[in-house]
Amino acid sequence: MDFSFTKQEELFLQMIRDFAENEVKPLAAEIDDLERFPEETVAKMGKIGIMGIPVPKEYGGQGGTNQMYTMAVEELSRVCATTGVVVSAHTSLCIAPIMENGTEEQKQKYLPKLASGEWIGAFGLTEPNAGTDAAMQQTTAVEEEDAYVLNGSKIFITNAGYAHVYIVFAMTDKSLGNKGISAFIVEKGTPGFSIGKKEKKLGIRGSATCELIFENCRIPKENLLGKVGKGFGIAMKTLDGGRIGIASQALGIAQGAMDETVKYTKERKQFGKAIAQFQNTQFQLAEMETNVNAARFLVRSAAYRKDNGLPYSKDAAMAKLFAAQTAMEVTTKAVQLHGGYGYTREYPVERMMRDAKITEIYEGTSEVQRMVIAAALLK
Amino acid sequence: MKIVVCIKQVPDTTEVKLDPKTGTLIRDGIPSIINPDDKGGLEYALQLKEEYGAEVTVITMGPPQAEAVLREAFAMGADRAILLTSRKFAGADTLATSNALAGALRVLDFDLILAGRQAIDGDTAQVGPQIAEHLGIPQVSYLEDLKFDGNKTFRIKKQLEDGYQIVEVESPCLLTCLASAVKPRYMSVKGIVEAWDKEVEIWTEEKIDVNEEKLGLKGSPTKVKKAGAKEMKAAGQVHDGLSPEEAADLIIAKLKEKYII
Repeated sequence: MDFSFTKQEELFLQMIRDFAENEVKPLAAEIDDLERFPEETVAKMGKIGIMGIPVPKEYGGQGGTNQMYTMAVEELSRVCATTGVVVSAHTSLCIAPIMENGTEEQKQKYLPKLASGEWIGAFGLTEPNAGTDAAMQQTTAVEEEDAYVLNGSKIFITNAGYAHVYIVFAMTDKSLGNKGISAFIVEKGTPGFSIGKKEKKLGIRGSATCELIFENCRIPKENLLGKVGKGFGIAMKTLDGGRIGIASQALGIAQGAMDETVKYTKERKQFGKAIAQFQNTQFQLAEMETNVNAARFLVRSAAYRKDNGLPYSKDAAMAKLFAAQTAMEVTTKAVQLHGGYGYTREYPVERMMRDAKITEIYEGTSEVQRMVIAAALLK
Repeated sequence: MKIVVCIKQVPDTTEVKLDPKTGTLIRDGIPSIINPDDKGGLEYALQLKEEYGAEVTVITMGPPQAEAVLREAFAMGADRAILLTSRKFAGADTLATSNALAGALRVLDFDLILAGRQAIDGDTAQVGPQIAEHLGIPQVSYLEDLKFDGNKTFRIKKQLEDGYQIVEVESPCLLTCLASAVKPRYMSVKGIVEAWDKEVEIWTEEKIDVNEEKLGLKGSPTKVKKAGAKEMKAAGQVHDGLSPEEAADLIIAKLKEKYII
């Protein structure tokens, strides 16, 4: 398989690295520390097109590739995993399902504003009792005249509060199990829709993670996304794509920790020489680098398949499983190689280690990825 | 309005290392970039385009690979790009370079020419002013701020060593820009996606209006006798977070310590 970049992708990499280094990295420690959503960065990203990379130009997007999108999430996450997930949740979990399942009217209405970053997107599937077992939806949507009336709540919703558009799943017919789930486009400010508690988290602390509450919330019928009863399939397909985004985030975190560790081990002296000169350090670095590159190939491969219209569900699951595992291992080793300094907030590796953990959990835990991979193998 | 921006592809000198034996730059594997002052000029041109409407043409002289900086300029928002490339241009010093660029500009329509103050690989600051002289148009160098009346007059804040000057100049004219004066925009994603949809025009000596004797090595009176690296001094010290008074006290103490004062 050919993973070489196109000329456009090479130029894109130059731009996104420059942007990440100069606009995102300087804020990373602060937004983590203050648990502050980086609104100013989102505005800057919107202006140059980072909020709508794979959206076709006719819908106000940039006409870029999924490969470019994964490169963006990787490079942003390399310096700030919060910024990476803002883009990933917005693009993979809100824009993509509208692009893939929306009517022409829905696409015309939502995509231009989402792609320009004027509106931020979010996705509400998880509930207190429906995590990995996503089919156990308790939020209901009852048809009433020209609307569906939503009742229930969603938890752990990325970009909540700041997002204008939410893809929300609810039971339209409980008796049908997962075939009774439908998807809706819910706009901020709809009466009966409110944002609940904001979570205090271990990592990606700048990203807003909140509860969504629906109390007799009337959603106009034209905001049904896809067909009635097809919501579960839409959710699963959306998460297949989302996994490429989160795999890219994990890869970026791991690469960021590598960058910091290579630099630090060359500077830090103990026993009269740089610790990079000890074979233990060298072997650790070699192991870390090999895993990071293996993760990168899995991510590139999944994005390549998506760009070329090939099945990618298993590839995305493998990329996410391995990249998340790598992010956790590499950041843990990075802290170890930094010693006591690595445990302090003077150095970014402790933040990277905290940020890495979520990649093994959200958009399908590592266990779910193994289920997806095995199911594809054994079908 | 028609604006032409002269840009140069240069090695990113922040990443250049010196060969310790020969004292020359090791350029292998060093990324090439748009010269920072030139990128400042391009940013001013794009701002004028946004505010008053303009066609922005970028022009560079260099080997075929210099096309890369023109693609980057497209991705930032330039409308047209010209690459002056030919064996006849090779070995040019600043005079021959400015003659070639002026030759191309005679063929082009322009109301305003923007150039960088100087290139980070040569630091001569000569090419922009020489172009203006060849074309017989007014020039203002070291531009720090630019205002346009929407008609013909540019009001320029020009940097001086110990202050600044406000000058007015009418088009057609040439201005040389400072990278520090303006923050160049990032390439847009769409601009990158479309950067290869437009054509980079390749111009040789046949297309431009200049006597061939003035081009390349033949037209270059400058001869480099010797180039070498500066001798390394001891590593400097960084003192952060001092008030001006504390900083002054520290400098005085250090100078006394060395018996300089």
